[in-house]
Amino acid sequence: MSKQMTGAEMIVEALKDQGVDTVFGYPGGAVLPIYDALFQQNAVGHVLVRHEQGAAHAAEGYARSTGKVGVLLVTSGPGATNAITGLTDALLDSIPLVCLTGQVPTHLIGSDAFQECDTVGITRHCTKHNYLVRSIEDLPRILHEAFYVARSGRPGPVVVDLPKDVQFASGLYQGPLNIQHKTYQPRLKGDAERIREAVAMMAKAKRPVIYSGGGVINSGPQASKLLRDLVALTGFPITSTLMGLGAYPASGDNWLGMLGMHGTYEANHTMHDCDLMIAVGARFDDRITGRLDAFSPGSKKIHIDIDPSSINKNVKVDLAIVGDCAHVLEDMIGVWRAEGCKADEAALGAWWKQIDHWRARKSLAYRASKTTIKPQYAVQRLYELTKDRDTYITTEVGQHQMWAAQHYHFEEPNRWMTSGGLGTMGYGLPAAIGTQMAHPKSLVIDIAGEASILMNMQEMSTAVQYRLPVKIFILNNEYMGMVRQWQELLHGGRYSESYSAALPDFVKLAEAYGGKGIRCSDPADLDRAILEMIDYPGPVIFDCVVSKEENCFPMIPSGKAHNEMILAELSDDAGVEIGSIIDEKGKMLV
Amino acid sequence: MNAIAALSPYASVLGKSNIERHTLSVLVDNEPGVLARVVGLFSGRGYNIESLTVAEVAHGEHLSRITIVTTGTPEVIEQISHQLERIVPIHKVTDLSMQDRVIERELAMIKVHGTGEHRSEALRLSEAFRAKVIDATIESFIFELTGSSAKIDDFVELMRPIGLVEVSRTGVAAITRGAKGM
Repeated sequence: MSKQMTGAEMIVEALKDQGVDTVFGYPGGAVLPIYDALFQQNAVGHVLVRHEQGAAHAAEGYARSTGKVGVLLVTSGPGATNAITGLTDALLDSIPLVCLTGQVPTHLIGSDAFQECDTVGITRHCTKHNYLVRSIEDLPRILHEAFYVARSGRPGPVVVDLPKDVQFASGLYQGPLNIQHKTYQPRLKGDAERIREAVAMMAKAKRPVIYSGGGVINSGPQASKLLRDLVALTGFPITSTLMGLGAYPASGDNWLGMLGMHGTYEANHTMHDCDLMIAVGARFDDRITGRLDAFSPGSKKIHIDIDPSSINKNVKVDLAIVGDCAHVLEDMIGVWRAEGCKADEAALGAWWKQIDHWRARKSLAYRASKTTIKPQYAVQRLYELTKDRDTYITTEVGQHQMWAAQHYHFEEPNRWMTSGGLGTMGYGLPAAIGTQMAHPKSLVIDIAGEASILMNMQEMSTAVQYRLPVKIFILNNEYMGMVRQWQELLHGGRYSESYSAALPDFVKLAEAYGGKGIRCSDPADLDRAILEMIDYPGPVIFDCVVSKEENCFPMIPSGKAHNEMILAELSDDAGVEIGSIIDEKGKMLV
Repeated sequence: MNAIAALSPYASVLGKSNIERHTLSVLVDNEPGVLARVVGLFSGRGYNIESLTVAEVAHGEHLSRITIVTTGTPEVIEQISHQLERIVPIHKVTDLSMQDRVIERELAMIKVHGTGEHRSEALRLSEAFRAKVIDATIESFIFELTGSSAKIDDFVELMRPIGLVEVSRTGVAAITRGAKGM
């Protein structure tokens, strides 16, 4: 299928051929031909954001909630540089994006032309791959390749930089069918011998744990289903990273809760004391491992990952299986069944008894209040009032994000959109917009902090324009809470610049944008107010006034091991100076 | 140069003691920016480059071969290989130092200034090293020397007291012995 058309038309045609129904973008001089081509058709919709960072996060929300490639379209120069944070965010969290950037015409490249920047140079470090299209002949191949690279293997963002003369030039368009990538062919099937070895290790394990991550979500719904099958088959306990929440249901019997810096006591102790760890699509990030030389010291480790560079990067493992989670899990289950493997029931029984003992510490507990809304309580009530609906949750970054991860419970994959690797404040609202575009009938809630939300507040305007009924649920403690918490723990309670002074009136702000504002500060009124938010058919900013100096616990302090967690109860003990728990070396870490 | 120094406390457990020198051969599509990707990977992740050479080796297929000499612990070297493999236009990464039989060569041009005894001593030494004279004036020579980096180092050190002016080196090119390719 080849047809003569202009570069701009090819771009729209390629988007159609790649199944793209929505593009998030912002026009400018260097992309006018593309906008003109978009104007003359209806198959590909466009969402006008208010800042290009918002376009990138919206595309991420769209991608994360659908499993499809998210697309953004921005102009040259500032359009491209504004998108950088979103691209980096997508790189760190392995989110498939294609970012189309306009560029000055080829004959002006390198002349410091108006709105020129070295987009491929700048984005080289924050994309999986990028292209500068120098001629119309290369355009169709590059466009389809970009989608292939973005979604294949370990997904990630791909930039296609499009000089304006290439958009105007005329050439022959080619569909995606006969385009084969010559170098990039990631391995999907795991090595059969290693899988057999892994299964043998699992059958022998006395104190096993499965540690799953965002790779399971990226692999697709089949991987989550297979993960559940494997857990059911073996009876092994399972924990997950922030990025992996929902792959295994939080209501499942074997669920330990999230692990890591703000993970549960039982998840971290299980990781520390296990004799076999099976890492599935997780990358041993520093938020997960804590002190590396004390990380799960007595265990054998199996690591399943599609990216060979994840293996032995932070933690040396005993058995590495390079492959796609779904393929490897399927083969593991196949071998487990074929060889009639049985878990060591007696050992597993004792192990679960130990785990229950850790669970009994109730590490997510907090001191309830009748007078002020505790942020944990707010998330709990939000969960209870939305769990039976078709709900998607996004977050900003900080304490509220961790409380959401701890107290909102996910039953399905792709329901939880959060900035894990890069930790981008301002992610949640545009991500909610992208998610809502993909799921117009669903309830999409951005659990936010009052500081984070202001970083991309302008996107409220986008939500209003497209009648997207996103709900912004702000846990307003008038602090950059996580910064304040670290200043309390590490810097003697000197709250340098972490107080949210001069906050806007969020209710009036919502109204100014044309949305609805709700404020609640009374725990007794919270349920009613949340229901009011849910029932409102348009975008809502919910200013949930919560207790100001609540800390997020449990917590592995910097430089400490999994079994050295601080629990909320400890922090309440008058005699304990929390600031003294973290040593000098730990203070160096982030 | 040593960018893997223990800036991060995490580095301590990775161990800094057993630093090894490895030669990596990287086959890439010769497209714009591919060298920047490779070099950017090394600088961005704090790896060392001791030497780097690059040239097109198959014009028809637009293939270039990059030879990188790097240092690091075995864990770091393994990471470097895997990180390189992630770069989309890279066809293949081979750690030649893991192969039994690898030949490494470097070419250097060495300019030496001197008259009288110094001049004849320079010439005598160049013969001992099998260097070629590729330019001469009454008071100078330029020698061309091919060999291992260590051999070139030795020759340059000998020329220093005689009247070394400057050195231009290509960096290491490497290949495995025998009939098989990389």
